[in-house]
Amino acid sequence: MKDSIFMLFPGSPALTLLVWAIIIVAIMYFARKPVHVALRAFSRTIHASLRVAARAVTLSAKRLKARNEDVLLESGKKAIEVAIEREFERVEKVIERDIGTYPELHRKLSDYNSKIEADYQASMETPPPPPEWVKAVDTLAKIKTGNDPMVGKMIGDIKGTIEKAQNKATDEYRRATRERLSALKSLMPLWRQSNKLLEQVDGKITGLFQHAKKIDENLAEYKEIEQRSDKAVRTLSSSSLTQFFIAGIVLAIAIGGIIINFNLIAYPMQEMVGGNSYIGPIKTADVAALVVILLELAMGLFLMESLRITHLLPIISSMDDRMRTRMLWITFSLLVILAGIESSLAYMRDILAAESASMRQYLMGSEEQMQTSVSTIPLIGQMVMGFVFPFVLAFTAIPMESFVHSLRNLLGMITVGLLHFIAALLRFTGSLFDGLGKLVIGVYDLVIFAPLWAETKFKKPTK
Amino acid sequence: MKRLFYSLLALLTAATLFSGCSEKTAHTKGVYMLLDTSGTYTEELVKAQQIINYILANMNPGDTFAVSRIDTGSFSEKDILAKVTFDDRPSVTNEQKRGFRQKIDEFVKSVKSSVYTDVSGGLLQAVEFLNEANPADKTVIIFSDMKEELKPGYKRDFPIQLGGFKVIATNVIKLRSDIKDPTEYLGRLDMWKKKVEAGGGDWVVINDLERLEPIFK
Repeated sequence: MKDSIFMLFPGSPALTLLVWAIIIVAIMYFARKPVHVALRAFSRTIHASLRVAARAVTLSAKRLKARNEDVLLESGKKAIEVAIEREFERVEKVIERDIGTYPELHRKLSDYNSKIEADYQASMETPPPPPEWVKAVDTLAKIKTGNDPMVGKMIGDIKGTIEKAQNKATDEYRRATRERLSALKSLMPLWRQSNKLLEQVDGKITGLFQHAKKIDENLAEYKEIEQRSDKAVRTLSSSSLTQFFIAGIVLAIAIGGIIINFNLIAYPMQEMVGGNSYIGPIKTADVAALVVILLELAMGLFLMESLRITHLLPIISSMDDRMRTRMLWITFSLLVILAGIESSLAYMRDILAAESASMRQYLMGSEEQMQTSVSTIPLIGQMVMGFVFPFVLAFTAIPMESFVHSLRNLLGMITVGLLHFIAALLRFTGSLFDGLGKLVIGVYDLVIFAPLWAETKFKKPTK
Repeated sequence: MKRLFYSLLALLTAATLFSGCSEKTAHTKGVYMLLDTSGTYTEELVKAQQIINYILANMNPGDTFAVSRIDTGSFSEKDILAKVTFDDRPSVTNEQKRGFRQKIDEFVKSVKSSVYTDVSGGLLQAVEFLNEANPADKTVIIFSDMKEELKPGYKRDFPIQLGGFKVIATNVIKLRSDIKDPTEYLGRLDMWKKKVEAGGGDWVVINDLERLEPIFK
């Protein structure tokens, strides 16, 4: 350093440093304007570029948000359309089943009414009045007889006749009253039946009202979606998230089932594909077991698609009914075959496990091979499990569909959030560069403050 | 769970490689056991049965196992008492294990002592056998006191190629002379260690038959 060419005054570093400082300050002073321009240009360019980038990212986020909303609203619309369709189908069924039989019901009610009216009329029939001549005879009977025996006898006869007529009239009256009462009594079951029929009608009408109410609600929701209201978007987003978590939980349970299923069939699979064959570091038997499980899942998916329960593969649900029914039976048969294979593998697993345990005991000590447990309960349990699992796994297609749909929405929301964050970061970095440019310019002027001060002090004011 | 995950990975990544060319020997074990039948050591063979049974219990489909005797001239196929490469099917493997044990039991009942102890010849035969079977892990177990006594005229002073082999000496009992002079015992073990390691192999001694895990480590 001592002999360096920069050492202007060897032996006097302070002086050298001072001279160099003056030279540098002078250079910086004379280069001030272009350096300022360059620094401003640099910081502004970066600031502007980052702002443009931020705007582009914000725009992308907005577009993605709009696209997400479109997808969300469209899926919501479809779901409501399906719900309304189902409600109408139910209403149609109610009308077909219940209201369709209304003429018969009406006829029954009319019959009951006619019968009730007839019986009522019958109950109104009054007993016949006593004959008119009875009054005349009654007057005659009240005539005083004196001591005339002839008159007495005649009066006695008249009295007897009157009493007879009276008795007859009483009997008649009683009979008529009895008939009226029995007519009224026969009205009771008719009233009850009519009441029952009317209650049935009431129940059916109430059911229809409920369906109509539900349709109204769905239509209101549909209208909200059509108008793309914030409320509809919020509701659908929240519903999508709920669907995601519920489907996620169900899928996690299904994965648990897959693991158990895998362990049930992986070991006995060695009997079929060999226990010494590997694909990479994995036993071929393990891979084969997994393939069987994946095939079951695929068959389950096809089955659900054929039944139009899920709509992940539109090509299946859009097949004509004949072909779809064929597909349904084919996939179901394959599922049954796979279930049979699993069941037999579970059986084999039990046998192999028992053999291995027995062999281990034989090798580890006892002279004779020990007999293994003869309980068939675990064997039956394993076989049933092996048979049932494929069908249980078939239903995984339902939560899987929900999961896929809701995952798309969730990923969309996350991406929008991420894009907004990136845009904010870009804006912040842009502002930082702008500020840094100003700071550097300030520091630059600070270094050359002396000539600047002199300039302002001695510069002649320009007119 | 881990196995399932790896299976899924293997299914996806190895699908392209899956054209019937699955490997068969990359994960197999090969064990060759030498039984010393010289002098009074035959009395120790009951312990050897324990080891054999332990090995059989831990063998899987595709593994190779052979048991051979050490006698006057051990470098010979005639000394192999029982050998087997287990079938791919676990059910058949179990049958093979049963048959193997029966052969060993019969041998132990009818064994006759040999005059000389050709350990090196037996080791050479083991190397030849296992190289031919070509399993992934090659282990030679020597059930002996490791005192070699060669018949005059037998040449064994040459290096044996043991690269990739694990040589385990088990039940190395102390002889009367060893009790008098332990350096003789230690020297004998050291000589074998050097011989094995010079050939590129790993040397392990297991005297506690309750701890046989190192055989499969």
